Amino acid sequence: MFIERWFCVLGAVLLAALGLGLAVYRHVGTGVPVLPDEDRLVWQVEARVEFLATGAPAEALLTLPPEQDGFLAVRETGASPGFGFVVDQSGKQRRAHWTRRSATGEQVLFYQTELIVDPAHRVAPVPPEDVGQSSFEGPYATAATGVLDAVLPRVTNAGTLADQLVQAVNTRPLSQNLSLLLRSHAPAPLVGALLNEAGVAARTVKALPLADGRRYQRLRDHLQVWHEGDWLLYDLVSGRLDDTAQLLLWQTDAPSLFDVVGGVGSRVTFSMTSQSRSALALSRLRTGPLDLTLHGLPVAEQATFKLLLTLPVGALVVVFMRLLVGVRTAGTFMPVLIALSFLQTELLAGTVVLVLVVSAALLLRFYLSALNLLLVARIATLVVVVIALVTTLAVVSYRMGLISGLAITFFPMVILAWTVERMSILWEEEGAGEALIQGAGSLLVAISAYLVMNLPVVRHLSFNYPELHLCVLAAILLLGRYTGYRLLELRRFRPLADQSE
Amino acid sequence: MSWLATPSELRERGVMGLNRRNLDYLSGFNDRRAYPLVDNKLLTKQLAARAGMPTPALLHHLSRQYEVEAVREHLADLPEFVIKPAQGSGGRGILVIVGREGEYFVKSSREQVDLRHIKRLLTNIISGLHSLGGRTDSAIVESLVNAHPMFDSMTAGGVPDIRVIVFQGYPVMAMLRLGTRASDGRANLHQGAVGVGLDIRSGRSIGAVQDDRAVTQHPDSHVPLQGICVPDWPALLRLASRCFDVTGLGYLGCDIVIDAQAGPVLLEMNARPGLSIQIANGTGLDDRLRAVLARDSFAPTVDERVAFALDGLGGAVG
Repeated sequence: MFIERWFCVLGAVLLAALGLGLAVYRHVGTGVPVLPDEDRLVWQVEARVEFLATGAPAEALLTLPPEQDGFLAVRETGASPGFGFVVDQSGKQRRAHWTRRSATGEQVLFYQTELIVDPAHRVAPVPPEDVGQSSFEGPYATAATGVLDAVLPRVTNAGTLADQLVQAVNTRPLSQNLSLLLRSHAPAPLVGALLNEAGVAARTVKALPLADGRRYQRLRDHLQVWHEGDWLLYDLVSGRLDDTAQLLLWQTDAPSLFDVVGGVGSRVTFSMTSQSRSALALSRLRTGPLDLTLHGLPVAEQATFKLLLTLPVGALVVVFMRLLVGVRTAGTFMPVLIALSFLQTELLAGTVVLVLVVSAALLLRFYLSALNLLLVARIATLVVVVIALVTTLAVVSYRMGLISGLAITFFPMVILAWTVERMSILWEEEGAGEALIQGAGSLLVAISAYLVMNLPVVRHLSFNYPELHLCVLAAILLLGRYTGYRLLELRRFRPLADQSE
Repeated sequence: MSWLATPSELRERGVMGLNRRNLDYLSGFNDRRAYPLVDNKLLTKQLAARAGMPTPALLHHLSRQYEVEAVREHLADLPEFVIKPAQGSGGRGILVIVGREGEYFVKSSREQVDLRHIKRLLTNIISGLHSLGGRTDSAIVESLVNAHPMFDSMTAGGVPDIRVIVFQGYPVMAMLRLGTRASDGRANLHQGAVGVGLDIRSGRSIGAVQDDRAVTQHPDSHVPLQGICVPDWPALLRLASRCFDVTGLGYLGCDIVIDAQAGPVLLEMNARPGLSIQIANGTGLDDRLRAVLARDSFAPTVDERVAFALDGLGGAVG
């Protein structure tokens, strides 16, 4: 027994030493920073064009992001097997141009670019050629004049005019004129056209919000207004944007984002990850067959691994909470999976949704047990009910204007249904009290795991120094041999200590 | 008095925590392959019966739905019986019938139920409604134990049983478990039953706990819990001690009932017995387990082991 224990301790120490040693070796050799460093951040952005080729010559065009303030483009690639690739510089904005003699079936084209965040990087703004002509006709022209007449007396320059118009579009109830206009125009082009009508140069642009590890994102509409020799950026909900470090302008001066000839069902989505500049340098250095860093993977896969590699840390938190604190949880590692979901939904929205759905499903369970169904059928029913609840919640919260309600779609359905199943089995086997204790315990552990997994330094190290997971493993092994009291046992067995005097 | 005990205070009292139980005792002394012997009450019963250990007689065993349909004639000449799931947990799905009233069966709570009710219970048991994790299960019909009359006034329904921790065949600690209204008559401590610590040398009560807190009387019947003395104590320890021989499980909890006529009868066994028994006894398990480990006796007989326990485990009980 004791030899076993020392064997285990020795193994853990060796593992930890190996992990630390590798990490130190790589740090010295490559200079990958130990702490996340926002100033030297590099974004890897990937656009993924998909379409179904019809057999004819296929051609795809994708507008490429322009040079812009705050981002220094260092590398771009667009090579896709079977396709010829050139960057077309002839238009106002550069476009990627893929061609193929003949193609059939599903086609996926990638464009990758790397952008270094550099606040000092400035690009001379391209002034607008001319203010657009009036594009309103008939009743819309009257309505547009009405809107402008109401706003113009209150403004002094192009900037405040844009502010007022964005505010007017977001004010409820809408004025009659605006509600007529919004029925036939999207908000961004409408405000743009109104500004043009007032003689101010403005244009609708598409931009990509940058958030680490996001996949399959789409571009969002923004508005640019020419004011005192520069383009000001506006968000159609929050108004003027001063800090654009998290926003990559993609389509500013091109008629369309992408065009596909010889294919149907086309779409384009965007994925991105961020990393420190030196980590990237490392990925360039190593190109041999034994390149085991994660930076060589496609961006979408890198994003997945960024998430997955925080799992061991979550597992460590669970082991700690169960063996050292003594929190009882429903299912051993359910809390880590919930924490993983929280990483995608944000904590507050995720917790509210989880508690709501699980309690609603448990209430329904009472009705189901009155039906006297067999266990498998009962759980299958619960899964169907969970889907219905989730759908309802998403629709209702969206209608009520709570965008965060949509976060539920990030909540893996399987994890929700599984949580409900675990909880209802627990409820039946151990009673309501135990189910509540373990449910609350699971939530507590899940939130703790989330808080740790979401630390920037943990996310940075787990991805850039994967060998440190050996240290996590060592810690788990050591905890697995811990035979001392749990924190909650100190309270449980207190009556015994009281008698000792 | 502080809110938490310090680890050194607990160590001084020899209190065993869950981590130590799991690592040093369950995984050290219990062979996982033997677990089904105690997790399945039918197997336990067959094992005990083969070894000649007293256990409630198995009247019927149903594992198929068609057997449920034919249950009427099986029950026809049984005035009293108990139905329980073979792999049930926490005392759920147990029905105790104490008499007949024409077509009706009388439950221990004096409530009357009909045959349809019994058939539905059997169907539910077989489909796994009451078993761990919802696995399909089988139903056991066994004879009713008539608890010794001394326990009559003590419980709120249900049969009081005696939990004995048996380590390497040595009975090391025991407690009497009394059902309460909070526990719905069941004798499981974590469901709110009262645990009365018993002196392993004599079977006399030491102290009592409910929900890990000390009590002096039964919460429902208000019967004082001091001065109880379990009859037939050496026979009971001998029965508990033999459980080790038939299962091979080194660290084991045995649940034993005192029948009015037959004396100690084995109800079931548990390969992961809980730790609240330490609170009921006002002392930790450590010293007693160590005393057993320190004893250098090769393959002691049941009588030797019981004598060691009755003698106070070589001074470990004090």
